[in-house]
Amino acid sequence: MNLTQRYRFIYKPLVFAACLVPLVWLACGAFGWFGESLGADPVKKLEHACGKTALNLLLLTLAVTPVRNLAGLPNLVRLRRMLGVFAFFYVVVHFSVYLVLDLELNFHTLGADIAKRPYITIGFTALLLLIPLAVTSTNGMMRRLGRRWQKLHRLVYVIAILGVWHFYWQVKRDVREPLVYIGILAVLLGYRIVRQRRQAAVRARAGAAPGVTSTCAPATAPERT
Amino acid sequence: MSTRVPRIAPSQITPSEVYFNRRMLLAGALMSGVSGLLPAAEPAPATAGTLSYQRNPRYSVTEAPNKYEEIAGYNNFYEFGTDKDSPSENARNFKTKPWSVVVQGEAEVRGTFNLEDLLKGQALEERIYRFRCVEAWSLVVPWVGFPLSSLLARFKPTSSAKYVEFTTLYDPRQMPGQRSAVLNWPYVEGLRMDEAMHPLALMVVGLYGKVLPNQDGAPLRLIVPWKYGFKSIKSIVKINFTANQPRTAWNVAAPGEYGFYANVNPQVDHPRWSQATERHIGAPFLAARRPTLPFNGYAAEVAGLYQGMDLRRYF
Repeated sequence: MNLTQRYRFIYKPLVFAACLVPLVWLACGAFGWFGESLGADPVKKLEHACGKTALNLLLLTLAVTPVRNLAGLPNLVRLRRMLGVFAFFYVVVHFSVYLVLDLELNFHTLGADIAKRPYITIGFTALLLLIPLAVTSTNGMMRRLGRRWQKLHRLVYVIAILGVWHFYWQVKRDVREPLVYIGILAVLLGYRIVRQRRQAAVRARAGAAPGVTSTCAPATAPERT
Repeated sequence: MSTRVPRIAPSQITPSEVYFNRRMLLAGALMSGVSGLLPAAEPAPATAGTLSYQRNPRYSVTEAPNKYEEIAGYNNFYEFGTDKDSPSENARNFKTKPWSVVVQGEAEVRGTFNLEDLLKGQALEERIYRFRCVEAWSLVVPWVGFPLSSLLARFKPTSSAKYVEFTTLYDPRQMPGQRSAVLNWPYVEGLRMDEAMHPLALMVVGLYGKVLPNQDGAPLRLIVPWKYGFKSIKSIVKINFTANQPRTAWNVAAPGEYGFYANVNPQVDHPRWSQATERHIGAPFLAARRPTLPFNGYAAEVAGLYQGMDLRRYF
């Protein structure tokens, strides 16, 4: 089996299955399968579990580039889209649980919440910003957008910040867990800033050398899969 | 994840003679209050953890009470962890016997009292109350207890007693949540004297006719049904009569979000969420959200306590 086949027939199906585990587990709880239950407040449990899974997947998506560079696994990027799309999926479920099960489809309250509750405002903004990324996640869209695709998908940094902030702000008092998320996100974004600075320095040196016109193709250009 | 909560905490079924005897002593003390009222129906030596009480029909609600498992499995009791299911796990071996309460401040009778002595002569009654958490969820709970006023009156508060302050046990060895500074430990709550003497304010020792489970604030907790749940302090070890308004735990932690009064009020939102509606725990999907009532439905009884007060300012 060559590398492409290994990704196609082994790694991707495994990641796909892993991404479904939280959903299956919640379904078991919701329907009482295998003795699982969602506890006394199933709505909150669903809401929080989906939100946290979405955040986890978002951070995993952002971890792909550092891991691939540091561990020398350039092909890891082939798994990134699936992680990102699943993050979007769980955000949509999270929002649907909130709207349907928590607010019981009271759109008046939804509007008031989005307008008046800062943590809901930023969470909702993150959801909206994810939509164009999900829509343009196909190979066809990547081809069509070319270099603009990468620019557009840098929105994920903003989305991740909003998502973690949304988590931090909704916690009543015990912020230890959101602080862990903030720390991980800081490392993942910090890595990129440091790396970009280094590359800029390398470029500046190379640019000073005669005969080199441009090195603008970034080393981290996404591999299309 | 399911947290199957046993009806009787393991600590209460310890097969040790000593503990058994202590429990019988406590049960005896609890029963003595109503023994005179139940001449014929005096129960045989109660089964472990069962209390003797009479239902007080004056205090009931139309909604059905929540299941025992809901009330004992969904708790905000940060001393035992901040997740709703942490208290039922972490309070399992919490020692509620022996238990004493220190009484101090502006009162004639002060000192340290054994819980058994405090309960002596208190007729236990069951009251079904609404319970509204500041987090916008609610329960209906059949508590067993006695009026707070009848306990406080015994200490003969002086005329300088304007407030009463309660303190929860501080014991990080037993209360793992106290090992992190989530709140300023120990937990402190308080009431204005007239609020404390209101007949609705209840000292609680039981739930569903049994000794209060540890995670619900055993062995002695307060229930103030017209206020948000955090006012109803658990596992009380100190009662202090004061001239000045006590510095209460949540108010100190976030003064902009949690006031001293904390009366349930659908008109005054929490800065981060609406208080206009609540979700009832245990209600079926899509039928759980209901309007929140002023003073949690007890306005007729208690609104008079706050006449002329700006409830937006004194939230």
